[in-house]
Amino acid sequence: MLKSISKYFSDIYNAVKSLLTGMKVTGYYFFHPKEIVTQQYPENKDTLKMFDRFRGEVVLIHDENNEHKCTGCSACELACPNGTIEIISDKAIDPETGKSKKIIDTFVYHLQMCTFCNLCIPACPTDAIKMAQSFEHSVFDRSKLTKVLNKPGSKIMAGIKE
Amino acid sequence: MNFSIYDFTGFVNSIHSWLNENFSSPIGDIIGMAIIGICFLTFLALLGLTLVYAERKICALFQQRLGPMRVGFWGTAQTLADIIKLIFKESLITKNSDKFLFNLAAFVVMISPVMAMAAIPFAKGLHVLDFDIGIFFITAVSSIGVTGILLAGWSSNNKYSLIGAMRSGAQIVSYELSVLLSLLTIIILTGSLQLSEIIESQRNGWWIFKGNIPAIIAFVIFIVSSTAESNRGPFDIAEAESELTAGFHTEYSGIKFAFFFLAEYVNLFIIAAVGATVFFGGWMPLHIGNIEFFNNAMDLIPPVFWFFGKVFALIFLMMWFKWTFPRLRIDQMLTLEWKYLLPINLANILLMSLVSLNGWYF
Repeated sequence: MLKSISKYFSDIYNAVKSLLTGMKVTGYYFFHPKEIVTQQYPENKDTLKMFDRFRGEVVLIHDENNEHKCTGCSACELACPNGTIEIISDKAIDPETGKSKKIIDTFVYHLQMCTFCNLCIPACPTDAIKMAQSFEHSVFDRSKLTKVLNKPGSKIMAGIKE
Repeated sequence: MNFSIYDFTGFVNSIHSWLNENFSSPIGDIIGMAIIGICFLTFLALLGLTLVYAERKICALFQQRLGPMRVGFWGTAQTLADIIKLIFKESLITKNSDKFLFNLAAFVVMISPVMAMAAIPFAKGLHVLDFDIGIFFITAVSSIGVTGILLAGWSSNNKYSLIGAMRSGAQIVSYELSVLLSLLTIIILTGSLQLSEIIESQRNGWWIFKGNIPAIIAFVIFIVSSTAESNRGPFDIAEAESELTAGFHTEYSGIKFAFFFLAEYVNLFIIAAVGATVFFGGWMPLHIGNIEFFNNAMDLIPPVFWFFGKVFALIFLMMWFKWTFPRLRIDQMLTLEWKYLLPINLANILLMSLVSLNGWYF
């Protein structure tokens, strides 16, 4: 009997206490406009910086000499669950050894099929591809979503082996 | 015309006598009523616009968002744009609904807050009807609103609407008790139900300070139970977006939907106004006992600003907990009323009677 009465009042006390804790949190947000997370998107286009982990699209990394690290092993193509990546490879003669070697002709990326699952990135043995932070992908023609990732005239970096 | 922002009695009387001089008895009265009606309708429209904007903005800030920002400066014209949209929208009526009741319900929900508003003193002398049973009238009339909600739910011929309306009925019937009892706690001290006398009794301090502990308990109960009575969150199980789409007003669209929406905000205003009048002295400025210079300094701020300041502070408080607390389940809500609020309320009335008898208030 006494126990249930004390439980009744301690329930009221704990309820009021936890409700006030909740109101304290929202009250803090109300009086601190710096906590606002919303961004005014088209207005802040110049200063907008996406987060490092944001996955916008797959890009093939090129350095300043227009060289990339892709050996054309098609590990990413196999890792992709949707068939987003399509590597058309070619044969070329290695100038050092004189042997025939596999190189990429075109690295096709179908953005319209990509789910940004990030499975291709860790699959790459040479870290040739990465996820970029761009997100404005809308176009008026669907064919524009099929992209060729290797830049024209680019070639594989020296010393990259499968 | 002797207009004064501090006392509207002279201004109102001069309009009244001008009407009596220039028109014969019934016509003058009718014109007077029409003027009051137009004033109220304009006030209601402006109130709806500001409160909806305030709610959206305040709710956004509580949730770390910005809220409406595009239409007008900081989104100030957003609600105006919404109203224009609602006016031009088609007012759909479902095929198997009870068309007469369906149309009637939207007006019934509007009638109760408009009638209640007539008894609210806005400033000194700015008071349409000063009944000697003012508080009783307001609480009686504001429960007409539930009829509108039940009619809306029944006539829509929609299961969500009906469940929402039944929940709303259960909710309002139970929480009405607590609202009345918490107001009665203060009535014990004032000894009058007349709103002007309740305000006059707070000339040397507001009841929330003068009535000490029982007054504060009564105020907390009042604000909780009246929020429930107006179907606002965290007691919005009658609408319960996530489970009942929109509850009793699921089938309403266009301007009739706007009526339900407006009624909710006018009810919010009425509740805050009653709370401000009974617990915070209505338009009475903050007075502390007989400290003359302090009271005179407070009197410099016109009563109408005091009234609206208090009302909007209370509205802010209610929005604060609406956007903080999660919605209660129906059984939790009835438990809160019948197992907690009502017994505490009755004990509180007993306590207040003791305080009143022994003169332990200030």
